[in-house]
Amino acid sequence: MYEKNGEKYFIVDTHLHYWNAAPDNWVPGQEQYAKGWIECFHAYQGLGPKETHWSIEHFEKYSEDDLMKDVFEDGYVDVAIFQPTYLKEWYKEGFNTTERNALMGEKHPGKFVYNTRFDPRDGDVGIEELKRNVERFGSKGVKLYTAEWNAGSRGYKLTDPAAYRYMEVAQSLGIKNIHVHKGPTIWPLDKDAFDVSDVDHVATDFPELNFIVEHVGLPRIEDFCFMATQEPNVYAGLAVAIGGLMHARPRFFAKVMGELLFWVGEDKMMFGSDYAIWEPKWQVEGFVDWQLPDTEEFSDYPRVNTASKKKMLGLNAARLYDIEVPAEFLIPAQAGIPGDREDAQLVTES
Amino acid sequence: MTAQAVVSPLADAALAALASVRDPELDEPITTLGFVASCTVSDDGQARVRLRLPTYFCAPNFAFLMVADAYDALTGTPGVRCAEVVLEDHFAGEAINAGVAAQAGFVGSFRGEAVAELDELRAAFLRKAVLAGTDLVCRPLLADGTAQEELREMTLGDVPSSAELTRLRRRRAELGLPAGDDAPLLIDPVTGERVAAGAVPLHLRRARVTQTGIEANTSICSGMLARRYPEIRRNE
Repeated sequence: MYEKNGEKYFIVDTHLHYWNAAPDNWVPGQEQYAKGWIECFHAYQGLGPKETHWSIEHFEKYSEDDLMKDVFEDGYVDVAIFQPTYLKEWYKEGFNTTERNALMGEKHPGKFVYNTRFDPRDGDVGIEELKRNVERFGSKGVKLYTAEWNAGSRGYKLTDPAAYRYMEVAQSLGIKNIHVHKGPTIWPLDKDAFDVSDVDHVATDFPELNFIVEHVGLPRIEDFCFMATQEPNVYAGLAVAIGGLMHARPRFFAKVMGELLFWVGEDKMMFGSDYAIWEPKWQVEGFVDWQLPDTEEFSDYPRVNTASKKKMLGLNAARLYDIEVPAEFLIPAQAGIPGDREDAQLVTES
Repeated sequence: MTAQAVVSPLADAALAALASVRDPELDEPITTLGFVASCTVSDDGQARVRLRLPTYFCAPNFAFLMVADAYDALTGTPGVRCAEVVLEDHFAGEAINAGVAAQAGFVGSFRGEAVAELDELRAAFLRKAVLAGTDLVCRPLLADGTAQEELREMTLGDVPSSAELTRLRRRRAELGLPAGDDAPLLIDPVTGERVAAGAVPLHLRRARVTQTGIEANTSICSGMLARRYPEIRRNE
């Protein structure tokens, strides 16, 4: 819970990790990738305020106590959603698996939501694992990392037939929310791996599922915005947009937010800290204080108010994940319905 | 940022040639982005260039284009007899460096992992550059009171000259799109047709979000490069 000027904000962090990227978890022969991955994440942390930077050693492996303090005690978060990333080709026990997250989270009832994941290249074995995970951890969401390396393959598209099969199974198991994270590789490598047009297709073909495009489609914000405005069940995950731009490049942050508010809408944008890349504390504080500049350049973007921020910081995600929100945090009915799909219908094109 | 170890007129010429190489996603020269770590040319005309990117995992297809374009720019420089371009600190650096040195193309460099060369990828990003450039050219006109529908009637020759206009013309020409004085200012970046009546507001919105995307990526990339290679900031 965050309180400022008498306003109370219920905070749902839709994107965080509990990883082990220390050398003891690196797969022999793949050390350069394991090291390259975590060093890349660590450089992202450098885009946040200096006083929040960690040493690489701390960043590679932080403790359960670190997470509880940074996220809940200091970071104002009420409920946090784990987004697992496996990367088992590089990390022996995985980078940040459903099991690792849940083992930790079980000690803190009510604090965490355990999303799981699947990889359509894992065949029947992966289907069984998905079933077990949903049953064991009560997952309502999955995180998909399309650039994951898997047995010689450098990635996949959501439109691959195998991905459709997994999506059908996931839906039958009660999964509601599909978080999509694009990365730099895909098959074939000559295509743009960050292209989000496959999300467009599956969002149309699975209208009952919600598709949350993580990192607002970065580095393809324009493709994401134009797709999201036409698909009522496509949402924006703000992780990296806030962490990577709000402090480092406030003017560009404002432009990105202005575009998202126009094309996607405040009912469909959801805060995520991407912890441990960035701590939630400065992001929540900064975002509550943030306003679109009053200059001509920003004049025709939709404006944000307290209710808008309450939605983006927690109420939208709470709706998607059926998280109960105490009455003191709710917004008046005229401020709109958090998580409402219809907010996207700004642009229609034949 | 200027590249280090430029010590001769020939190296200056090589660096000038490298300034024609752009990051296709950011639509900016690799020289101003700080991607050229060093550039030297020996007395007998052997050019050696080291390139570096913001992350270890930058997309291999765009990385390949920059290395291959750098190689072509160098070997086309008078006085340069042969060239070696090395992409450093990158997960696919070995495959890219060897592939470019052998002139193997993208498919030949990533056997079994790629099915086509990168011409379509390059064209797709040039079209984004055209859209983004349209935003840069039109914004001042709108601020000066030109109505959106009036932009549709204008030609490139009607627009006061500026660096942004020159750049837009060049990008359009590269794609084979009309770029002369009599060409419409607002065109579909795929077909080259004048934007239809009534479609101008959406076209300008798309242009702006595309420019915003490039700006956001550029700021994240430059921030990441500065974290990765702190010495760059000192050279600025």
